[in-house]
Amino acid sequence: MSLDINTKKAKKHAWRISKERGIGASRIRVPGGYLDAEVLGMVQKIAREYGNGYVHLTTRQGFEIEGIHLEDMDKVNELLQPIIEKVGINQNPEDKDNANGYSASGTRNVSACIGNNVCPFANYNTSELARRIDKEIFPNDLHFKVACTGCANDCAKVRMHDFGIIGMTMPQYDPDRCISCNACVKGCTSLSVSALRMENYKIVRDTEKCIGCGVCVTKCPTRAWTRSEKKYYKLTIMGRTGKKNPRLGKDFLVWADEENIVKIIKNTYKFVEEYISPNAPARKEHIGYIIDRVGFEKFKEFALKDVELMPETIMNNNVYWEGIHFDNKH
Amino acid sequence: MGYQLSKEKMESIFKTLQETHDIYAPVVKKGDGTFSEVDVVRYDKVTSLDEIEWNKKSDYSFKEALLSINETLFYFTEDETTVPKGPTKDLLIFLRACDMHALKRLDQIYLDNKFGDFYYQRVRARAKFCLMGCEHSCDSGYCVAMGTNKADDYDLYLKLDGDKALVDAKNEDFVAIFNEESKLDVTPDYVTENKQKVSIPKNLSKATKDNPIWEEYGSRCIGCGRCNFVCPTCTCFTMQDIFYKDNPKVGERRRVWASCQIDGYSQIAGGFEFRKSQADRIRFKVMHKHYDFEKRFGYSMCVGCGRCDDVCPEYISHAAILNRLAKEEG
Repeated sequence: MSLDINTKKAKKHAWRISKERGIGASRIRVPGGYLDAEVLGMVQKIAREYGNGYVHLTTRQGFEIEGIHLEDMDKVNELLQPIIEKVGINQNPEDKDNANGYSASGTRNVSACIGNNVCPFANYNTSELARRIDKEIFPNDLHFKVACTGCANDCAKVRMHDFGIIGMTMPQYDPDRCISCNACVKGCTSLSVSALRMENYKIVRDTEKCIGCGVCVTKCPTRAWTRSEKKYYKLTIMGRTGKKNPRLGKDFLVWADEENIVKIIKNTYKFVEEYISPNAPARKEHIGYIIDRVGFEKFKEFALKDVELMPETIMNNNVYWEGIHFDNKH
Repeated sequence: MGYQLSKEKMESIFKTLQETHDIYAPVVKKGDGTFSEVDVVRYDKVTSLDEIEWNKKSDYSFKEALLSINETLFYFTEDETTVPKGPTKDLLIFLRACDMHALKRLDQIYLDNKFGDFYYQRVRARAKFCLMGCEHSCDSGYCVAMGTNKADDYDLYLKLDGDKALVDAKNEDFVAIFNEESKLDVTPDYVTENKQKVSIPKNLSKATKDNPIWEEYGSRCIGCGRCNFVCPTCTCFTMQDIFYKDNPKVGERRRVWASCQIDGYSQIAGGFEFRKSQADRIRFKVMHKHYDFEKRFGYSMCVGCGRCDDVCPEYISHAAILNRLAKEEG
């Protein structure tokens, strides 16, 4: 029996048309990579009943249930509905009403490291921010990759993303609690950027060097070092993988706040809509290439609309990327 | 003498007391813990009953209210020294039974150890103590095993029970304040059983130094000193002479809390260090608390508050060490 499947529609609803004829895979993205373990059982059920029993944990923190016969798509979509609701995926109302799965395409799942729910180094709740951003930007066809990581260790590899959000803390020092044990200086030197030194038995923090990683705070035995009440973030931009010019994202904002970062990401959608190449395949073009083409000033004009940075936020007025060039070898 | 009054009335007395007293009590410092979004309970000056943390044991003990972490002993110019003024008000310190017993240890070291310490003495002379009862045992404390679960020599006992306050005043100054309140027999809450069971080693001797336990725990210890800083009975300090940067002929001498676990503690002129390995340092600490001090003063130094076990980042348990020693050394 020959299959008649609208593959474009399927792909826009998080289905992969696999290399094997008639077989697809259902992709379930998990915003922030954080989910109720109950979902695992639901995924297992689909994999066993309709798939080949195997699931791939995707590189963007989702499940890809393999080996599903494409004719079972509707039945699987029905089983996906409670999962979609449980992991909190933004869904178009008509998809929800008809149990059509969820729309997915260009904008990728916002991924996150484990964050401060668990990790001693993390400076914020990464999955929570990932889910917040998710709500703001999904669903969307444009190719955006956003990731959140708790500290400058960047376990989430956010510098490979269009927008990378790195948790920072502004270390607060109470000299009256400091006993000159040097644990922070040693910690900063061995684990971070050597921003601390001791002078007259007290610590001097080189504010130019400090990356707000919070190692000093975790090393301090007396609570002389504590975290700032306000949470800070570093926003790295336009990192990417790919065939032409893979490169690491560079710092755009340092000591930035959540609100402005969300605004900048949303503003960038407007920038992309305006300047995306008309020849971009399936309207997918890495934002970085667009900026390379139209210039950083133009990007800033869009990105910084209605953005009022805090006085302590440092913005790099010009950002220059490097990376490996396969597209333009000299 | 015991009294019962409304919480409201107690609050107004609390306010009046502040005209003549600086009141120190455990308070929750939001987000000031070692890790992100983790609180710490430590001592600070309070102005209202509601600022006090009544339930959770403080992470850091009351001792910082009597012994500043950094205390300037004198300021010096080229030919003169000036001793800073002592407290201008009386102190009222809220603490639990284990800490009342720790106070006895602090007094032993600073007042009754060949000569009295001028700086401790002048603060101690003005300090009064308000006992906070323990309705339930904390998780890690072993006050019952150490005989520190009950304290009688308080100036004041205060318990809040809904909108009532129960008071037992022993100090004449306080009796005078509460005299017009309705009388009621008030007995402080105390625990008679702990969750943490500890057998006290009775036969420690010089030979105990050869027990392989020290090497075992020494290999786990990172020498951060947290156990000492949270301990209500650790009294060690070091000296720092600070020469002001603008004019190095002027400066101050400070005494600053020290830790027998941190590098440099046992270092002498010329660089020799008596206890270089963490194994030696742990041995020294445990033996000092449970053997040396006892030999000298007739009772154990440790009060079994369990704070060192709560704070150790390497999960080294003083209680577990005691149990091991009791088993192995008898």
